[in-house]
Amino acid sequence: MSYSDKVLDHYSHPRNVGSMDKGSTDVGTGLVGAPECGDVMKLQIKVNPETSVIEDAKFKTFGCGSAIASSSLATEWVKGKTVDEALQIKNTDIVKELSLPPVKIHCSVLAEDAIRAAIHDWKKKRETPKPEIVEARS
Amino acid sequence: MSTDVKTMPQEQQVAANGVKLPIYMDNHATTPMDPRVLEEMLPYFMEKFGNAASRNHSFGWAGEEGVETARERVAKLVGATTKEIIFTSGATESDNLAIKGVAEMYKEKGNHIITAVTEHKAVLDTCKRLEKYGYRVTYLPVQKDGLVDLDDLKRAIDDKTILVTIMAANNEIGVLQPVAEIGKLCRERGVIFHTDATQAVGKVPVDVNRQNIDVMSISAHKMYGPKGVGALYVRRKNPRVQVSAIIDGGGHERGMRSGTLNVPGIVGLGKACLICMEDMPKESCHLAGMRNRLRDNIMERLDEVYINGSMEHRLPGNLNISFAYVEGESLLMGINDVAVSSGSACTSATLEPSYVLKALGTGDDLAHSSIRFGIGRFNTEAEIDYVADRVIETVQRLRELSPLYEMAKEGVDLKQVKWAAE
Repeated sequence: MSYSDKVLDHYSHPRNVGSMDKGSTDVGTGLVGAPECGDVMKLQIKVNPETSVIEDAKFKTFGCGSAIASSSLATEWVKGKTVDEALQIKNTDIVKELSLPPVKIHCSVLAEDAIRAAIHDWKKKRETPKPEIVEARS
Repeated sequence: MSTDVKTMPQEQQVAANGVKLPIYMDNHATTPMDPRVLEEMLPYFMEKFGNAASRNHSFGWAGEEGVETARERVAKLVGATTKEIIFTSGATESDNLAIKGVAEMYKEKGNHIITAVTEHKAVLDTCKRLEKYGYRVTYLPVQKDGLVDLDDLKRAIDDKTILVTIMAANNEIGVLQPVAEIGKLCRERGVIFHTDATQAVGKVPVDVNRQNIDVMSISAHKMYGPKGVGALYVRRKNPRVQVSAIIDGGGHERGMRSGTLNVPGIVGLGKACLICMEDMPKESCHLAGMRNRLRDNIMERLDEVYINGSMEHRLPGNLNISFAYVEGESLLMGINDVAVSSGSACTSATLEPSYVLKALGTGDDLAHSSIRFGIGRFNTEAEIDYVADRVIETVQRLRELSPLYEMAKEGVDLKQVKWAAE
């Protein structure tokens, strides 16, 4: 199987490899896949709390060249988008951009799942109510 | 993180230390032909082109002579007589002929066949077909080192067992089964013993009498001979074994395998056997040295790498290693100027990880992270050193990309993590 130039490019020069502080409320972390399946993607986003714009994204992937390329591309695409815009990214867009063959389509699905999982995580953190401050009774 | 991956452009053919690229290190898949073999074959394409079965003219006699010389050479390599060697189109056909041929011939005696879970698909798929025809097949498990447990075999043999088929050397992990002991056990119980010796013949000493072998499959293209030709050894004495033909049409090869003989191919197989016989002691020592050099180089410079299968009972040129936290196909991509193979699902046609590694009890994650190196006659020390460097730098780079490596370094027990389903 030969790889498309774009897949080779992402593999050789992956964009946005790294990690963010999982604990920060502005960071959403998506961890999808499983080692037994041969594919695990961790995708993290840093979101501006006022504008909901994704200001930064990082990824790490255990998987084949197509999986690495799909997640690298995902971090490129989400940067600068609002979370709602990022939720519009479809795996089929990734397949088209990277010219993935049918046997590798599942890599693009996992990347889409990773984006959603990261956004879901960020949203969940925002919804967690702040603990009420109980006034001490004098 | 931008890195300089050394993806070799097509024009650049030589590495910094002088080795020619790309490097071939996948000698279990196939081997390059030895030039001496090609030279031996050439006259049989255009000058001595006769059909070896044409009894009445010199063209046929020339072909026949080439075939019979080859037959002697194959027989000599494995300790057989010439009447016991039949030529086929390769080991897959030989496996089919052996298993189906014995099953058919001895069906009045019984319908039980014993094999092992790590066999080549040519054996496993043939057994599956026989199950459809009503035969009962036992698939013996293997131990962690890849070896069959002789007690398991002892227990499995019953009064309906007609055949045990267990390979001499495994194509993925190079592990050598205790063939002589298996053969002895079968001989005691009156069961025919077939061994798929495709990866063993020409690489380690094989003797059908000392190892109590009754039927044996041989392949030319695994020992620097041509593709499309192989042989089947069928014992004639002590005891006499018969196989029913699976190809009809003229009764060639003592009625066991009809069809015009592939004379040039057979001549090539014969020459390949002769060269192996002469070179084996020195060559196997040299291969083991290179293999150990590769292994030591990698294991000294990387942590969390695991060898799959017994090192003690192993083909001299085989190394099968798992690199934790790194997926096999991405590793192959990073060493794209080296030809090897992987047990990863992504590299298989069926998207299943290696069933051989699974049978060892290797977790799926490590099966996905495995690479098979097959070192051969034409590899050099310089190539070994180059490959070791490329593998190490690629593994290190991919571990930087790997969430699993990160989690492991943080002290997370990956086996306890609840992974999200895809």
